[in-house]
Amino acid sequence: MNKSIRTSRRAFLAGTAGLVIGTYLAPRGLRAQEAAAGGGGNPLPQPNAFVRIAPDDTVTVIVKHIEFGQGPNTGLATLVAEELDADWSQMRAESAPANDETYKNFAFGSQGTGGSTAMANSYMQMRQVGAMARAMLVAAAAAEWGVPAEEITVEKGKISHPSGQSSSFGAFAEAAAQQQPPAEPVLKDPANFTLIGTDLPKLDTQKKTNGSAIFGMDQYPDGVQTVVLARPPKFGATPGSVDDAAALAVPGVNAVHTLPQGVAVYADSTFAALRGRDALSIEWDESGAETRSSAAMEQEWAAAAKAGGAVVEEEGDLSGLEAEGVEVMEAEFMFPFLAHAPMEPLNGIIEVSGGEARASYGAQFPGGDQMTIAQVLGIDPTAVTVEVTLAGGSFGRRAQQDAHFAAELASVAKAAGDGAYKLVWTREDDIRGGYYRPMTAHYLRAGLDGDGNITGWQNDLANQSIMIGSPMGEMMGAKEIDPTSFEGSNMLPYDFGGRRVSWTKMDAGVPVLWWRSVGSSHTATAVEVFLDELLEAGGKDAVQGRLDLLKEDATRERAVIEKVAEIANWQGRSANGKGYGMAYAKSFGTYVAQIAEVEDRGGVPHVTKVWCAVDCGVAVNPNVIRAQMEGGIGYGLGAALFDEIVIAEGGEVVQSNFDDYRMLRIAEMPAVEVAIIDSTADPTGVGEPGVPPIAPAVINGWRGLTGQKIRRLPIVQPMV
Amino acid sequence: MTNLTVNGKEVTWDIDPETPLLWALRDHEKLTGTKFGCGVAQCGACTVMLNGMPRRSCVTPIGTLEGAEVTTIEGMEGAEFEAVQTAWQGIDVPQCGWCQSGQIMSATALLQMNGAPTDEDIDNAMAGNVCRCATYVRVRQAIHDAAKTMEG
Ligand code: FES
Ligand code: FES
Repeated sequence: MNKSIRTSRRAFLAGTAGLVIGTYLAPRGLRAQEAAAGGGGNPLPQPNAFVRIAPDDTVTVIVKHIEFGQGPNTGLATLVAEELDADWSQMRAESAPANDETYKNFAFGSQGTGGSTAMANSYMQMRQVGAMARAMLVAAAAAEWGVPAEEITVEKGKISHPSGQSSSFGAFAEAAAQQQPPAEPVLKDPANFTLIGTDLPKLDTQKKTNGSAIFGMDQYPDGVQTVVLARPPKFGATPGSVDDAAALAVPGVNAVHTLPQGVAVYADSTFAALRGRDALSIEWDESGAETRSSAAMEQEWAAAAKAGGAVVEEEGDLSGLEAEGVEVMEAEFMFPFLAHAPMEPLNGIIEVSGGEARASYGAQFPGGDQMTIAQVLGIDPTAVTVEVTLAGGSFGRRAQQDAHFAAELASVAKAAGDGAYKLVWTREDDIRGGYYRPMTAHYLRAGLDGDGNITGWQNDLANQSIMIGSPMGEMMGAKEIDPTSFEGSNMLPYDFGGRRVSWTKMDAGVPVLWWRSVGSSHTATAVEVFLDELLEAGGKDAVQGRLDLLKEDATRERAVIEKVAEIANWQGRSANGKGYGMAYAKSFGTYVAQIAEVEDRGGVPHVTKVWCAVDCGVAVNPNVIRAQMEGGIGYGLGAALFDEIVIAEGGEVVQSNFDDYRMLRIAEMPAVEVAIIDSTADPTGVGEPGVPPIAPAVINGWRGLTGQKIRRLPIVQPMV
Repeated sequence: MTNLTVNGKEVTWDIDPETPLLWALRDHEKLTGTKFGCGVAQCGACTVMLNGMPRRSCVTPIGTLEGAEVTTIEGMEGAEFEAVQTAWQGIDVPQCGWCQSGQIMSATALLQMNGAPTDEDIDNAMAGNVCRCATYVRVRQAIHDAAKTMEG
């Protein structure tokens, strides 16, 4: 065991697992090259850390962003293949292991995936990698053939010279590794792109359609024990006294240990572990527990929003609200706690032996996790390897700035000693486990003059902060103000003749986290619904009204709004017995406008079609962009219609599984038509930006159809 | 002791007869294409074929399976399955992929019973398969595509 961990770890760090040394583009003189500056002011990448060319012609791109469906494996491989002039069929991708230095995300300063940053971050870096690798292959071929490098061409994975010499990549993989990497890799003119901008098939589709893709939970190292935890019934409660006699009597259960996070059952199989957990009898210490109900919090949050808080943005002043003949309108919105509920619940493998640890799971911030695991185990971070596997979704759930899953995984190993463990969360653990989208209250006020023009806009929010007091908050300077709490309520493209946004930080023992599109998951709804109501009250069209309010420089906003109106053949807020709702939101640098077509099915909105226009800069893979818009629309729609985490009086979470935390199902999924705006701007992300506009678009469409105003989400209130 | 056939191979499980088929397949046979999503028959990620019909393996105790024939995604074959798989690949249905084995099992079962399903047939047959990535638009399209190739 000891030996196998060390071997695999060393092999992995050397980047040689399962392959012959000397077949990589492992340039000498890396040092010199590290000092050279690349595009965007970031250091030039080390090509050997990002790409591997094997004698069998395969080109493997090492992807520093975790793949959980949003497509970085395909996207980053496209960038490398483009500059390398590889053939798409020879491209492969694998996840990078934890290394905060080599694989840092330029947006965070450490390794991590989030904020829809993968493409924006890697666009230049991975193109440089491809260009460097290409130059080294060409140099190797030039030396071998005795011809000038400039005369060599590369196309679709084939290196050729006019003399008739030609070769695939694999034959030169070893020789290329001996070449000096170029200090200034030359990138293609985008006009000459042959792969970027095309619908390349995704690299992982095949494995995901025949059952062979290996996710975190699919790993079974030798001798692994499955571990499940009995978790506190309330946030902030801790294990008190434990009677584990009945649990230990369950066949297959090997041990029970009390951890800071709960009571862990170790067993030979998942079912034995679950049975063992059922048999535990635990007294919880609830002295530190949050006992308020979510209903009580709602009232507090709403009152705090209405009272106003720290001003976080001011544009002009609000005197226009007091002017004569101006009618002041108000709205209060309430957004519930939401669970992310990724399809694959949290889980992970840890193997500990002889003072070394190997963890393997869907780690979204692997560098931070590595530190945390080392800390819990009391060993040096260099003795900890974190391998990143495919993950069954995240939507923010795995983006753990407090590394709580890594800490729990390490605690499991620490309590039991050397061995291999698989920690599994059940769906109930997931739904009740917190780290929710923060419950949020919005209070809005605006003035309308006699001509229906908006004369001022005030938006006051109250919610918990995700960042303040967290390690990442410290790093990013969020000390008193947390921009993720209100992003999307500020920096609006509309001219409201005076605007003020304030925010009040609320405190609760319920852990909160980024949920797909973060602040914009509620701000876009508050802003776009209230705006639509104002436009309607002022007798204005939802599309033209918005266009008229756009500031001069809001050209990309204008383009997506016009585009979506065009593809939807916009006729107004209702037509032929259906409602049509318009909404626009920019998040993570990407501009999205949507129109939802809504029917009334027994008093409940049913969305039949959604049109979506998106501007995310250069469209690296339009197929992936469309898929992310479709997915974002479905994810946001499910939450808008059905989802809410309710905390009962006393502090227990009411929902527990998909029977009471309702997922969108196929019959509720609208048809989706996506238009991608042609652009040469640097690419921005698409994983999250499809989400924000869908809820307001549906709510606006429903009002267009029925006249009913929605003030609280979810739209369909559960029959409890 | 439970004797049954899994993907055409005879297996004997000497484990708690109440063990759900899902965990027996994963933990004991290492057939990890069958996924855990909810454990309570609400998501379809664990769908397998039991004697030729789709079944939620997370709520199927192995004690009830003496002599049964179980097929998982790894052991699937046949015209409908191949048409579905090809259609899935043709339009890149999967995102994260966790639900997709279950989707493909349900879609195959649908086509085995109904060679030309309408949207409504699809909605009914696929209602039990949750996709948190909301790949539903493509699931529907791929089933239509598969039906078309089956027609010839
Ligand atoms: S895991 Fe069986 S239906 Fe969800
Ligand atoms: S593809 Fe992610 S849950 Fe369906």
